[in-house]
Amino acid sequence: MIDKKIVQHIADLSRLSLSDEETEEFAHQLASILGYVEQLDKVDTSNVEPTALVAPARDPLRQDEPTPSLPPDKLLQNGPKVKNGYFAVPKVINQ
Amino acid sequence: MEFETVIGLEIHAELLTATKIFCGCAPKFGDAPNSHGCPVCLGLPGSLPVLNRRVVDMAIRMGLAVGCEISHNSVFARKNYFYPDLPKGYQISQYDMPLCTNGAIDIEAEGAKRNVRINRIHLEEDAGKLIHDQDADSLFDVNRCGTPLIEIVTEPDLRSGQEAYAYLTAIKQILEYLGICDCNMEEGSLRCDANISIRPKGETKLGTKTELKNMNTFRGVEKALAYEALRQRDAAASGEAIVQQTFRWDPDRNRTVVMRSKEEAHDYRYFPDPDLLPLVVDDAWIRRAAETMPELPARKRARFIADFGVTPYMADVLTLEAAIAKYFEETLAFCKDAKLVANWVMGEVLRFAKEKKISVASLSVTPRRLGALLGLVAEGALSANAAKRAFDIMEMQDKDAAAVVAEEGLTQISDTGELSKIVKDVVAKNPKEVQRYKAGETKLMGFFVGQVMKATGGKGNPREINKLVSELLGQG
Repeated sequence: MIDKKIVQHIADLSRLSLSDEETEEFAHQLASILGYVEQLDKVDTSNVEPTALVAPARDPLRQDEPTPSLPPDKLLQNGPKVKNGYFAVPKVINQ
Repeated sequence: MEFETVIGLEIHAELLTATKIFCGCAPKFGDAPNSHGCPVCLGLPGSLPVLNRRVVDMAIRMGLAVGCEISHNSVFARKNYFYPDLPKGYQISQYDMPLCTNGAIDIEAEGAKRNVRINRIHLEEDAGKLIHDQDADSLFDVNRCGTPLIEIVTEPDLRSGQEAYAYLTAIKQILEYLGICDCNMEEGSLRCDANISIRPKGETKLGTKTELKNMNTFRGVEKALAYEALRQRDAAASGEAIVQQTFRWDPDRNRTVVMRSKEEAHDYRYFPDPDLLPLVVDDAWIRRAAETMPELPARKRARFIADFGVTPYMADVLTLEAAIAKYFEETLAFCKDAKLVANWVMGEVLRFAKEKKISVASLSVTPRRLGALLGLVAEGALSANAAKRAFDIMEMQDKDAAAVVAEEGLTQISDTGELSKIVKDVVAKNPKEVQRYKAGETKLMGFFVGQVMKATGGKGNPREINKLVSELLGQG
């Protein structure tokens, strides 16, 4: 069951900060979305193989042959902050 | 109370492909930052990953090498985490349906054998590189993103740091024989994390485990595990509970340091990646992979002992690397004396390769050249010392054995006529010693042989000289 606590946990994992009202609102919305999907639980699937995807095709594979990479200036062009050829992000150290 | 240590290892190996796992960028490090990236690496909207066939091929071969079952259907999953080393916000990995399962290898440590079960080998992509110490911001380089990895996970079957070391060495050897990873722990192409716990001897349930990371050398893994096993025993002895934690190995201080507590454990929210269809591997593919497998270390070692009569220790050294074993066998094509060749490969050849920090395959003294040199030794034309001298010169001047032996005048004098003249001369010049010898001081034999050897400039055949001296003095 989706409650405010779960919404807060998911927001933390995604580094999102939500106000109290937003938490309440999203808990309500997510609960109703999941409740809708949960109707599928009524179907008896005990004899059905778990399926990740419904498309019948096989995964296309690629030969191990290089293709050109983006030029660094192009690659970096959408970075909000770029320094010396790197993307600069707020200091994060995984403790 | 007596405790038992229980260890499981997770090894990440970077595969030696020409391109990344899901796109055609080259997985190269050390190049300019952000020079090997594309929309797939960056996780840009609309980009789609396409799996590299060779990655699957390499993983199948590793699976077969350690006796795994290869799944006909395996599934890629998203491992979600929010950290800027992967721009997509998730790593593509395999979760509940990995490519390879249920393998095992035999290892030997401290004279005891152990069968180590391998739970799984799965495919995944590597993350990018973050630099924290050069700027007020953290700096991100996408080049390593998407480098293909296999993760090899054991069951908790290891019982000591030494066993972990032996297992790691065995896995490294197999990866190198297969030619799928260059196995450089310092550079991160091979990485090892460990789970370790202790339990009273006889107990079958697992104790609370701690995780060890940042062990950047094989010995580091061994030392960190030995340290942590002791720490847990001390904690148990003083009645402290063992807390589920992650430790980092600090090689400078030879101790572990807490990284983060498991309370904040990542919640990865795995789910099947909708961008990738299940990976289908049919029997024909597995058969083709099996057909291209090289002879693996364990079998090669047994064959060397059986076919060439080398000792188990020699076989260990000669099969340590595929390149060494190849060098040894190629040399045998030019000189049939297997023990002589084995001793030289283990001695001069490995010493030179180590000094020059190159593979034996890159030495100037090729197997053909070494074989020719050892042929001269085997037929008595060259003394062991002269051969070593010749080897040095051959290596430094990039020349054949015959040329060096001729130029340096290293050929051994085995001609009895010539040697016998010198022996007579030495005996004539040392009448006092001859008298003492005849009076029973037989250890003077060495003196005479030494004098003769000196007169030949070190080139006399020692066996012939000994024979001639004792004949002459014995006759009186």
